[in-house]
Amino acid sequence: MGNRDTVHFSTAGLADIEAIRADFPILRREVYGKPLVYFDNAATTQKPQVVIDALTGYYQTMNANVHRGVHLLSQEATSAFEKAREKLALFVNARSVREMVFTRGCTESINLVAATWGQQNLRPGDEILISALEHHSNIVPWQMLCEHSGARLIVCPLHADGSLNMEEFARLLNTHTRLVAISHISNSLGTINPVKEITRMAHKTGAKVLIDGAQALAHLVVDVQDMDCDFYTFSAHKIYGPMGIGGLYGKEELLLEMPPYQGGGEMIANVTFEHTSYNEPPFKFEAGTPNVAGALAFGVAIDYIQKLGIQNIAKRENQLLDYATQVLKSIPGVVIIGNAEHKASVISFLIDETHPYDAGTIIDHFGIAVRTGTHCTQPLMDSLGITGTIRASFAFYNTFAEIDLLAKAINKAKEMFL
Amino acid sequence: MKIEEKTQAIVNEFANFDDWMDKYNYLIELGKSLPLIEERHKTENNLIPGCQSRVWLHADFDGEIVHFTADSDAVITKGIANLLIRTFSDQRPQEILDSSANFLSEIGLTEHLSPTRSNGMLSMLKQIKMYALAFKAKQQMGQS
Repeated sequence: MGNRDTVHFSTAGLADIEAIRADFPILRREVYGKPLVYFDNAATTQKPQVVIDALTGYYQTMNANVHRGVHLLSQEATSAFEKAREKLALFVNARSVREMVFTRGCTESINLVAATWGQQNLRPGDEILISALEHHSNIVPWQMLCEHSGARLIVCPLHADGSLNMEEFARLLNTHTRLVAISHISNSLGTINPVKEITRMAHKTGAKVLIDGAQALAHLVVDVQDMDCDFYTFSAHKIYGPMGIGGLYGKEELLLEMPPYQGGGEMIANVTFEHTSYNEPPFKFEAGTPNVAGALAFGVAIDYIQKLGIQNIAKRENQLLDYATQVLKSIPGVVIIGNAEHKASVISFLIDETHPYDAGTIIDHFGIAVRTGTHCTQPLMDSLGITGTIRASFAFYNTFAEIDLLAKAINKAKEMFL
Repeated sequence: MKIEEKTQAIVNEFANFDDWMDKYNYLIELGKSLPLIEERHKTENNLIPGCQSRVWLHADFDGEIVHFTADSDAVITKGIANLLIRTFSDQRPQEILDSSANFLSEIGLTEHLSPTRSNGMLSMLKQIKMYALAFKAKQQMGQS
């Protein structure tokens, strides 16, 4: 297992934040001669050394193709790859590893469901219900599916505070609704959606439910059985793992009936020029050589955050969010966009009439990485009547002092654009 | 004034700034003082693709020289638009086509601006050149 079994964590829990920060080598670098303050965790999280080591360790000690060779390296790689799948399945509480498909990431997971389950099940007149706060990757695949199938895309509006309008949701759900596709946490506003309630309501009318968990997996306990959703999608890189790997949870009975996604090696049972029979899930959906190193490192990332404790992480991130909310609210002219009661550690805001890009440019020069723009949620920004926001998104390794620095940068920007 | 003389003047102006904040304060000033574009020219057609803030560029041609006006909803972008317009406006199409805008990296703007914004800047430059090319063709057709 190379480095994976020899990892040791600098600390258990989150009491010693300096020791935790030391696990993340990038946090030691400087930008513009200042210490990096990384507040773009909703875009991608930084990687602890153990994850980086798992990636290189795989190539140094174990690299072989999986599910193929009888040779020892291939057996080791296969067993490590499948072990990573087990960890993921356990982490989201899937019933079995057969419900856990490796993909390139959340976007591919959603596209997979659209291209397989969607193509198989949607007919003209059917409806797909999404919400106004979806990321483009939970909008465009469904639009494409609608174009192919003749189904209609229906959008549930939000309340002014950025929470989902559940009365409207109930009204829009009907017997034509075949699928509800909604994010667990909004990447732009931080809103945590009531996914369990959404699933219960959707199932009552016979619709299937896909939850886009890209933002959620790193911030709260995900239990797909308790939620009872049919599909749950996520990316490793938003939970301290590497880029280019992610997952799709799907209920086994659905995965069994779905046609394959891509054709190639691994997804087949038997191939002749006349006919090909397909492998069982999850392999049916994993054509070609997978990102084995990525999967292993994803498993190590899961180990890492479980060691810290997802509840501890949620607690610390809530403290950071509360503090940032209080600090930003105290700056005259700063308006927080998205004030839902249940929020994850994402804070979108505007400074007076200043364009987010102008403000972002100045904040960047303080060494603070924030995101500016529409955050891939252009329809949401349109519906709020704004061109974009400045977004700070926190991870457990962020500090209160860093939030104070953000306040200083905001005040400087205010002064410069006055 | 020739394009090279104008760009040299800009490089000299920026050489005075020791730190980024002074440079940006100046860019903001330039942004605020950019001559206004006529409202009727702020059309979808005149929007520059590739900018995360909205940038409009309009060109007029009197048969000899090209006159540019621009606007943006972000002040820093407007400041950069000001520099580009100062450089390329009121020049002949051929002179615009022959020149480069290397001064932007010389004054540390490509280095300091986010990639998306500098892409926007490059899109704006490309658009300026496209106008010059179109006007040059128009000019040649008029002569033949």
